[in-house]
Amino acid sequence: MALKIVKGSIDRMFDKNLQDLVRGIRNHKEDEAKYISTCIDEIKQELKQDNIAVKSNAVCKLTYLQMLGYDVSWAAFNIVEVMSSSKFTYKRIGYLAASQCFHESTDVIMLTTNQIRKDLSSPNQYDTGVALTGLSCFVTPDLARDLANDIMTLMSHTKPYIRKKAVLIMYKVFLKYPESLRPAFPRMKEKLEDPDPGVQSAAVNVICELARRNPKNYLSLAPLFFKLMTSSTNNWVLIKIIKLFGALTPLEPRLGKKLIEPLTNLIHSRILLCLSSVAVLISLSSGMPNHSASIQGLCIVPRPLSVLSLFIVKYLGLLAMSKILKTHPKSVQSHKDLILQCLDDKDESIRLRALDLLYGMVSKKNLMEIVKKLMLHVDKAEGTTYRDELLTKIIDICSQSNYQYITNFEWYISILVELTRLEGTRHGHLIASQMLDVAIRVKAIRAFAVAQMATLLDNAHLLTGNTQHNGICEVLYAAAWICGEFSEHLEDPMATLEAMLRPKVATLPGHIQAVYVQNAAKLFSTVLRGQEGAPADSKVAQETSQLLIDRLPVFVQSANLEVQERASCILQLVKYIQKLQQKDVEVAEEVTALFAGELNPVAPKAQKKVPVPEGLDLDAWINEPPSGSESEDEGRKTKTKGKAVFAKEESRHTKPRYTEVDEKELAKRREVRKAEQANNPFYIKASPSSQKVYQEAVGVEHIPVVQIDLSVPLKVPGMPMSDQYVKQEEERREKNKADRKKKDKKKRREKGRQRRGDSGPESEEDITPAHMVDIVTEEMPENALPSDDDDKDPNDPHKVCDIQGNLHDGSQVVVSVIFENKCDSFIKSMEFNVMDSLNSKLQRPEGAGPHDSLTVPFQLPPGISNEARFIFSMQSIVMPQKLKGTLTFIVKVSWSCSPQRWLITTMCHLASTRRGRTKVGKMNLESGHVLLIWTRKSKRLRWYYRWREEREIQRWKYPWRI
Amino acid sequence: MTMHFLLLFSRQGKLRLQKWFTPVPEREKKKIVRDMTTMVLGRKPRSCNFLHWKDLKIVYKKYASLYFCCGLDAEENELLALEVLHRYVELLDKYFGNVCELDIIFNFEKAYFILDEFLLGGEVQETSKQVLSRSIEASDMLQEVSVIPRSR
Repeated sequence: MALKIVKGSIDRMFDKNLQDLVRGIRNHKEDEAKYISTCIDEIKQELKQDNIAVKSNAVCKLTYLQMLGYDVSWAAFNIVEVMSSSKFTYKRIGYLAASQCFHESTDVIMLTTNQIRKDLSSPNQYDTGVALTGLSCFVTPDLARDLANDIMTLMSHTKPYIRKKAVLIMYKVFLKYPESLRPAFPRMKEKLEDPDPGVQSAAVNVICELARRNPKNYLSLAPLFFKLMTSSTNNWVLIKIIKLFGALTPLEPRLGKKLIEPLTNLIHSRILLCLSSVAVLISLSSGMPNHSASIQGLCIVPRPLSVLSLFIVKYLGLLAMSKILKTHPKSVQSHKDLILQCLDDKDESIRLRALDLLYGMVSKKNLMEIVKKLMLHVDKAEGTTYRDELLTKIIDICSQSNYQYITNFEWYISILVELTRLEGTRHGHLIASQMLDVAIRVKAIRAFAVAQMATLLDNAHLLTGNTQHNGICEVLYAAAWICGEFSEHLEDPMATLEAMLRPKVATLPGHIQAVYVQNAAKLFSTVLRGQEGAPADSKVAQETSQLLIDRLPVFVQSANLEVQERASCILQLVKYIQKLQQKDVEVAEEVTALFAGELNPVAPKAQKKVPVPEGLDLDAWINEPPSGSESEDEGRKTKTKGKAVFAKEESRHTKPRYTEVDEKELAKRREVRKAEQANNPFYIKASPSSQKVYQEAVGVEHIPVVQIDLSVPLKVPGMPMSDQYVKQEEERREKNKADRKKKDKKKRREKGRQRRGDSGPESEEDITPAHMVDIVTEEMPENALPSDDDDKDPNDPHKVCDIQGNLHDGSQVVVSVIFENKCDSFIKSMEFNVMDSLNSKLQRPEGAGPHDSLTVPFQLPPGISNEARFIFSMQSIVMPQKLKGTLTFIVKVSWSCSPQRWLITTMCHLASTRRGRTKVGKMNLESGHVLLIWTRKSKRLRWYYRWREEREIQRWKYPWRI
Repeated sequence: MTMHFLLLFSRQGKLRLQKWFTPVPEREKKKIVRDMTTMVLGRKPRSCNFLHWKDLKIVYKKYASLYFCCGLDAEENELLALEVLHRYVELLDKYFGNVCELDIIFNFEKAYFILDEFLLGGEVQETSKQVLSRSIEASDMLQEVSVIPRSR
């Protein structure tokens, strides 16, 4: 033995310790990876030794390597070994390594349950502390369930050191195992008045976190917290409590009034804390309907914002303003200039905050001005991320609440067009979707938008530039679609068509090309219609057909299937039309019929809102469910399919597919489809009323084409400047004002000198929009179901922490388990045990400890089955829960001289409803040997035990059990 | 407080300490660390200590050559987080006596132990410096005692 120790220490002399490793890594800067791989090999050798000191040293080194980014998950089992050492030095390192390396899917965590439980009940408070700390980092739902009881006991430990740790870790346990919240809550409440300030602050922390998710359950604690707030001297705790009140005040308005006085006292008495208090107060005031508190906040905030240039203060001031903005927008709007100044700050965080603020500050009056400022910043901004942020903000600001603040949509379109000139932005699709949205929904703007889009298409080469992956080319998608769809507004559809079919287009991304091709066809129909009015000019129409026939083959060869398909389809169509044209047949009307009908915007939620008709079961199988052999067939099918696709492609490359697309046939099909749609309840039809509105709006407003200032150098020709709109707008407003004044004067003159009043600043209502625009609302299905829960996040992990639901105290569940021996050996001494969770307990005979197992009162000869009953007492079942149980038994094997003891861990899954009635049974198996079936009919839990081959059963090896 | 993670890294972007209070997959961790170092190191001097990254609030502070950086929920108080960082630095300072980067590199496990006493599961566990240093010392004593028989 002594020799072994000596040998161990001699070995250790040659081992590297952590310091050596760190030094080594620093000395091998050039070949760090190589050096570390040799180190890892050494560590692997060390881990194989029996000496725990060597092992823990190795694990310590591994933890360091893990931090450097090396994968050490292979050593998880060794970490568990070191954790289970009885010496604090090693245990500490083991737990540290575990907290760094383990995560929920680490499988050895299962093995640690007993070890952690042992450490939690250790007489040494630091052992317990280290276990709690470690557990906080890798607690899994299973661990939480198994250890919740133990941790709850620790909450009333004699040592405050343990108490505070236990209280804090309970929060993690609640998150992982929400059922523990109800039984643990009274004790948690007690801890709010713990004599030790550390425990108290920990309890405040936990309750504050819980209350933030579900404030209404914690309203009853308000008086207690109020007392704490006025008595506590700990700043950290104070901040927490104030924050908690921030969550509670919206629910109980009287609370706000009561809080103002102590809060102001706090601010004045604690100058050091002032800043953070201000931040907290502001966050509080946002929730408070009470006016005076927020005004108070305002007085404090703008002063540092303007006087001090401290960056943190600036940041906080902006943050606070954004909070106030929600309740008192007027008081923030007066600081507009200050906020705009912040946009010039060199600190990105401050600029972003200021941007957030601007979003809430715009009105009809200042929108143009603010956006103009932002556009200036876009030009100046360095760094694409900030510029992209600006871009999205501009669009957000303009489009907020259904374009509420936009008075002049021509201006908005030109802003969008200007934005396309940004280089290397990622938000091309955003601009594109805005263009589409505005063009579709604002009827009056279409003519202008089409003109703009046509110039965009004409200058497409400027947008695409050199880089293929330029995000801005997405804009062309919108441009092409708008030009095609509303082609009746085009000045010169021929030119646009030509622009859309340039060979360079073939370099654009596939989905854009597809839109180009489709819309080229739309334009084609417009050109035809335009030309056939004057039959003398039929040459032009034929030229157009020829143009399409010349240019489309490029797209037919496209690698993108969508483009290829559309192009070949349209190419054949045009060829057919050309034939007809040569015979002097009028085709225009039929071609336009291809694209007849108005497209209406559909609300994003529309599909969801279509009610399911009665008697329709969406989950029912339409055909018989596929049998097991299907998968094989499928494999074969896909194989042949793959071949077919390949063959098809080859043929397509060699000669273009010729398909007979009959115009009449098409029309017929369309008729059939329309009839089908009319009968189909799921097809969202255009409501006739909205259609009417459009028709009335058409032509009501003649929109003049904007004068283009070509003399300005370095501008994309034809691109409008949004600035002129600002000027226009100002002039218009001036004029309006003048008119109004005149009117006022007239009125006054008429009325004599009765009253004298200043016309004052113009109010929101005075600003009339430049165009009568009719913003089409998005369509919803007629019988849409009103529902408010659309925006709730079903995945919110904190939702489950809601302690609502009723309790059935002391209800019992009798579980009948049928044990069946399917092996050839004799089984005896079966012991059954289910670990107690917080609200389900296996009932044991009197005098038995909480961890003792129950003896199954029979033995099983081969092939025999028998039933045993176990009684569980349940406190509440609010959600499905798993009970983890163990069954130990002795198998008499003929060739083995001594009986062996096996341990099987199985999981039984109890799913149940809120009322505590067990509903669904599920099988859930850890290993493949024990089968659990919960039959609803007999309300019995059957536990079949099948014994196949002895080697299949894993024997759990508990390294700490010697 | 609900801190999600705490990172310590040098001016060169070398990670010196990482603590994850919520379970994060290994790949995600690496990505976050990379993003944090580039973001924080890219900041100009004399700018504020707060950043936004995805839906997290990032609070960082530079002490000598070392950046302390932590990620919080969006609704957390960033000044409190600054205080937490500062308190941790004070604790390190007290333990090592005028702490420098090398102390943390060579005694990284100690730095972790101190952190574990101070924060638990991302929440502030103990605010009193006296109580903290007492418990750190006590557990160190325990370790020293158990080390002696080994070195014999």
